[in-house]
Amino acid sequence: MSVYLLRRLIQAVGVVFAMSLIVFIGVFAIGDPVEILISPDADQIERERAIRALGLDLPLWQQYLVFLGKALQGDLGRSFVFNEPALQLILQRMPATLELAFAATIGAIIIGLPLGLYAGLRPDSAGSKVIMAGSILGFSLPTFWVGLMLIMVFAVQLGWLPSTGRGETVEVLGMRWSFLTWNGITHLIMPALNLALFKISLVIRLTRAGVRETMLMDYVKFARAKGLSPFRVTFVHVFKNILIPVVTVTGLEFGSTIAFSVVTESIFAWPGMGKLIIDSINVLDRPVIVAYLMIIVLMFITINLIVDLTYSLLDPRVRLEGK
Amino acid sequence: MRTGIRAAGMAAASALALTAGQAAAQAPTTLTMAVGAPVTSLDPHFHQLSPNNAVSDMIFDKLVDTDAQARNIPGLATEWRAVGPTTWEFKLRPGVRFHNGSEFTAEDVAFTLQRLPNVPNAPSSFAAFSRPIQRIEIVDPLTIRFHTAAPYPLLPLDMTNVRIIDAQTHANVTTEGFNSGGLAIGTGPFRVVQHRSGDRIEFERNAEYWGGAPHFQRVSYRMITNDAARTAGLLAGDLDFIDQVPTTDIARLRNDPRLHLSEIVGLRLIFLGLDHLRAENENSPHITDNDGRPLGRNPLRDVRVRRALSMAIDREAITGRIMDGAATPANQFLPPGTFSHVADLPPIRFDPDGARRLLAEAGYPNGFRIQLNTPNDRYINDARIAQAVGAMWTRIGVRTSVEAQTWAVFVNRAGRQEYSAHLIGWGSNPDGSHPMRNIIATASAERGWGASNRGRYSNPRLDALLVQAMAELDEGRRERLLVDIQRMAAEDVAVIPLHIQTNIWAMRRSLQHSARVDELTRAQDVRPATMR
Repeated sequence: MSVYLLRRLIQAVGVVFAMSLIVFIGVFAIGDPVEILISPDADQIERERAIRALGLDLPLWQQYLVFLGKALQGDLGRSFVFNEPALQLILQRMPATLELAFAATIGAIIIGLPLGLYAGLRPDSAGSKVIMAGSILGFSLPTFWVGLMLIMVFAVQLGWLPSTGRGETVEVLGMRWSFLTWNGITHLIMPALNLALFKISLVIRLTRAGVRETMLMDYVKFARAKGLSPFRVTFVHVFKNILIPVVTVTGLEFGSTIAFSVVTESIFAWPGMGKLIIDSINVLDRPVIVAYLMIIVLMFITINLIVDLTYSLLDPRVRLEGK
Repeated sequence: MRTGIRAAGMAAASALALTAGQAAAQAPTTLTMAVGAPVTSLDPHFHQLSPNNAVSDMIFDKLVDTDAQARNIPGLATEWRAVGPTTWEFKLRPGVRFHNGSEFTAEDVAFTLQRLPNVPNAPSSFAAFSRPIQRIEIVDPLTIRFHTAAPYPLLPLDMTNVRIIDAQTHANVTTEGFNSGGLAIGTGPFRVVQHRSGDRIEFERNAEYWGGAPHFQRVSYRMITNDAARTAGLLAGDLDFIDQVPTTDIARLRNDPRLHLSEIVGLRLIFLGLDHLRAENENSPHITDNDGRPLGRNPLRDVRVRRALSMAIDREAITGRIMDGAATPANQFLPPGTFSHVADLPPIRFDPDGARRLLAEAGYPNGFRIQLNTPNDRYINDARIAQAVGAMWTRIGVRTSVEAQTWAVFVNRAGRQEYSAHLIGWGSNPDGSHPMRNIIATASAERGWGASNRGRYSNPRLDALLVQAMAELDEGRRERLLVDIQRMAAEDVAVIPLHIQTNIWAMRRSLQHSARVDELTRAQDVRPATMR
């Protein structure tokens, strides 16, 4: 187990290192951030000054070494735009994104699992046909369109929910959370639903496929032959066995929800990390882009680890040693 | 007895109704406004950027203020004049206090000007506004003199960009100190209650403001970068006021009985820059003959070709159909009503036949091929405008391919003169010397001119006139010089002007807004509709 963890850790360091290098070179290749950040009427003297102030006068490899030296001391650089530590900027926005991602993922499981289970157990009923058709819509409709439609219907036409932004927040553990106030929850519903739509469909399809496959297994037939109640067969024998793919996919989806909920965050003006990264990319704010992607890499590695550990809990045959 | 109680009850009820009615008649207490561009800092001297400047204007004041037409009006200075060829004197407004009670004096002005070049890590500093000043002389607490190395007519205009901070409060303050909101203390109409970077800024009014207390108790200033989300927020009633109305939503918002728009012809010109860097006998990077072979010369150096390209463009079609009316065809840098606008400069006539004749005269009867480069995320409908221009050029035989890129890539390549023709914009000061110095003056680091002259147009006669204008303290003579330069630039087709954008805001019917030519969105420009 500890060998396994150590190996994962070394992997992580390698990936983070490679990522920082790729982003550094990539952003450099796109262009000079000074051209974007500077006031258009700045003269040549001012341009020179800005280039020096942002440390962009050094050759790229020197800039990278400077960055690496500071990163090893926990300093990922200061944002060109905000003049604040990049890490701090990202962490400030993390609670907003986390609560959105959690709400979407939990919503996906609460809605998706029962519907998938029903569709798997009664594949020919009219209800499951509706569910499956609905899941196709959930897959194929683009997020930005659904988001705008949600706003048009529930905020503009019906006026039930607020159209944009994050609601009132409460400070817990030094971070601002909005799901603890009623106003905050009303602001959370639409963006979370918008993010969850794709995931709900995913969970429905995975669950249904899993159920249909498992129902034909010998151990299920045996359990039924033994006279166990249908409830026990479904929720103990079938359910446990279909969870592995669901956990894997939900875990990875959770990661990408945190990292790349850019579209939903910008449509709903949700002040999270996705909005920060897209704004930073637009102005080539390299310190923020690098720090963000490094954090995301670390997060994916952690999520994968948690998923693997969950496997071994769900299925005792899976052993994590060695590999 | 019973009736007595009922009567008392009714009296109480009507009293309640009365107070409720009075409350409704009073100014609304909170104004919720949303802007389309993020504000990156509350430090007024950190990042020269319109969204930041708008918010700075709510918190701080300047010596010289500007009205909605961007004309200079008294701010923290009540009057100013050149007392000598190289000396400007400013009389300061007495009795002004900062939000924390500290008194405003000439010391604060000197302190502010000294800070401008010394803001660490500034991506675009305000240093240029203090650079012409060689020495600051405090005559008395309410009189200050600026000594410049050479005559400098633009000093009052420069002062419209310098927000004054407090020498006592802000000694050793950092950008982070301002950003936290706590030290964002000025003399302006609003004080900062809370700042959540990239999301919103909460203000309350400064009831003691020297220019009169603002109309709203509180202002919630939110940043919503997505156009559709801003419009939806206004339609849903969550927002009272939005800026940067997308052109596709104009008709819809105009027809909504609950809303109305405020608009004004702005100062942002959209134009085409052409390659002047390559000499007449050199190849321009994206120009070939009709078979795709190098042309062996740069047709854009021939004024007849430039004029033909300009005449080939149907500006009315672009402003009407692509911009949905939110732009005015342009023939010069500045809109009517501004300093140095040339009123009798004829509009550029749409004349494709004339354009073909000019091309033939210049030796291109069959035209040539050119690539037009454009950003696709910078100006309103930028890529669609470029496509329209491309189609119009193709019609006169100049077969045009349009390449649209994100601004980050585009601006770097344009700055390296990698393009033959490019679409770009310029938000001017209301003074012709501003676009002239930056866009069409010969690029020269010594003079600090032509930093945005991406086509590298160069005209020594024009430069000489501009040198004269920049040293002319007499406003009348200076304007005549600038008018001559504008005529010269138009005659020589230094750039091809397309249109000047209209700035549009949308708000509830219960609000009124004085639309600003400089695009700034500020709460002090909004007031309840009933108030005059």
